[in-house]
Amino acid sequence: MSLADLTASELLDTLGRGEASAVEAAREYLALIEQRDGDIGSYLRVDAEGALAQAAEVDRKREAGEELGPLAGLPVAVKDVLCDSAGATTCASRMLEQFHPPYDATVVAKLKAADAVLLGRLNMDEFAMGGSTENSAFQVTRNPWDRGRTPGGSSGGSAACVAAGLAPLAVGTDTGGSIRQPAGLCGVVGLKPTYGRVSRYGLVAFASSLDQVGPMARTVRDAALLLEAIAGHDPHDATSLEEPVPQYAATLDKPLEGLRLGVVKEHYGAGLDGEVESAVRAAIAQYESLGAEVREISLPHSKYAVATYYVIAPSEASSNLARYDGVHYGYRTDQTKMVAELAAERKALSDAGDEAGLAQLDTALVRMYRKTRAEGFGPEVKRRIMLGTYALSAGYYDAYYLKALKVRRLIRQDFDAAFEQVDLIASPVTAAPAFKLGEMVDDPLAMYLVDLYTVSANLAGIPGISVPCGFNTAGLPIGLQLLAPPLKEARLLRGAHMYQQATDWHQRRPAFSATPSE
Amino acid sequence: MSLTRQDVEKVALLARLQLTDDELATMTDQLAQIVDYVDQLAEVDTDGVEPMAHAVEVANVFAADEVRPSLPREAALANGPRTNGRGYLVPAVLGD
Repeated sequence: MSLADLTASELLDTLGRGEASAVEAAREYLALIEQRDGDIGSYLRVDAEGALAQAAEVDRKREAGEELGPLAGLPVAVKDVLCDSAGATTCASRMLEQFHPPYDATVVAKLKAADAVLLGRLNMDEFAMGGSTENSAFQVTRNPWDRGRTPGGSSGGSAACVAAGLAPLAVGTDTGGSIRQPAGLCGVVGLKPTYGRVSRYGLVAFASSLDQVGPMARTVRDAALLLEAIAGHDPHDATSLEEPVPQYAATLDKPLEGLRLGVVKEHYGAGLDGEVESAVRAAIAQYESLGAEVREISLPHSKYAVATYYVIAPSEASSNLARYDGVHYGYRTDQTKMVAELAAERKALSDAGDEAGLAQLDTALVRMYRKTRAEGFGPEVKRRIMLGTYALSAGYYDAYYLKALKVRRLIRQDFDAAFEQVDLIASPVTAAPAFKLGEMVDDPLAMYLVDLYTVSANLAGIPGISVPCGFNTAGLPIGLQLLAPPLKEARLLRGAHMYQQATDWHQRRPAFSATPSE
Repeated sequence: MSLTRQDVEKVALLARLQLTDDELATMTDQLAQIVDYVDQLAEVDTDGVEPMAHAVEVANVFAADEVRPSLPREAALANGPRTNGRGYLVPAVLGD
């Protein structure tokens, strides 16, 4: 058996027993990336040299009997949205193509302190906006189960990487489902923690009241291991919670006695794929056979979740992305060309005696901003900035932004009421399995509606996990989502682990030819 | 209420984006569609509901008022597209 076939927890034990070295594990993963990632495109950059150096350092520490971190020697890959002072952080955007962060994100610092071996940086939708990873400015990522299909997004690189066996652990981020949806579409485990559970310091902001960093892995046990290493209070993030981090991995095997599992009646309407519905209902039946009591509950405002999200998230994004102005860091338009163009426009207006046109002409600074942003951002990012700017603009603020914040509270209250009756809520992750690449690029609204089952957790700030619960007849993975009350990650993980103990969906692997196809 | 091309042009200026004619046309259609969709929020009764700006409502997080080293100027300027080693350079704001 090769080291890359082991789960992260098994690999950690193997390394701990001295049966293999961290360098051997890193080499094996680097070889697999070389062999397979040409087809998948999950990594934007692989840091072979850095990874081998970190692995050698872990081996040296182990040899010398020095204290080792909780992820000692485990390869981990990180979505290219968390600052790492070791190299670039691009957010898969032209805007940040040359950006080298001067500091580490807290999550990256924690991974380094845990003695993880950082393999490289993973592809994503530009600035984490999208659900297919097709909005990356740099490359397409393919679903390992069907190369003509999307891995989902925005953490599509993270999900595809884990599904293809190109890292045992990956870090993703989730603003409206960006961990859980790609995990579901790629047949891996992905957990979005409670808002504030994991520090956002050094996470390039998309929507600050919704963004969370979380683990992606092949098993629930591995996700628990990674979450434990990255969670915790951080004085650098004022919204991070001052709550101790439970020992998620150690309590995992304790079954949930008398589990009350909620099934949301509004979740099974029109638009839900039949095979997805069957797989999710079979998973719920599995819980019943494990002794859970299934209760039907109602989340009456859930049908407004997507509309609420697509007001709040773009509004926050438009404000956060105002920082990309071509001044402090990132891309700037060719200034000489810009100034010449502006002079030509001014002359033309002046020659035509167009006083109104002259009065409206951009100043050089405003034109620099506008051209920089026009050239640096891709279409989806522009769309969201426009949408958010509109929702926040004078005359529309009350009707859109303020209204959405009120509906957000109603969505949260629905969950609070539901969790008085049940311990966990089970649902589909997405209404259908992975769609074809290119299928939805021209229909942004249809793409937004993919987030139906995932956005509520972000709006309410509660934790959620996606676990594999079956395959459709075409062989595409189907995901089960479990949701828990705030800070009940331990319960969420135990519930998900209980299911994985009884099923083997998570043990299936996509096929790869022995030699690279290109 | 549907969005017009003039609305979109105005928003593009506010957002500091320059859009081509094609982009303006596409953006007008797509934004109108999305805005029509989110208009369904109007039907929700939110009388007396407090807006919820954050998932976890923490207030007044204080930090000790201590002098700490900050990012050295060199590091802060290192990613600047145009600098003179002391500050960021931008196109002339006055008198051009």
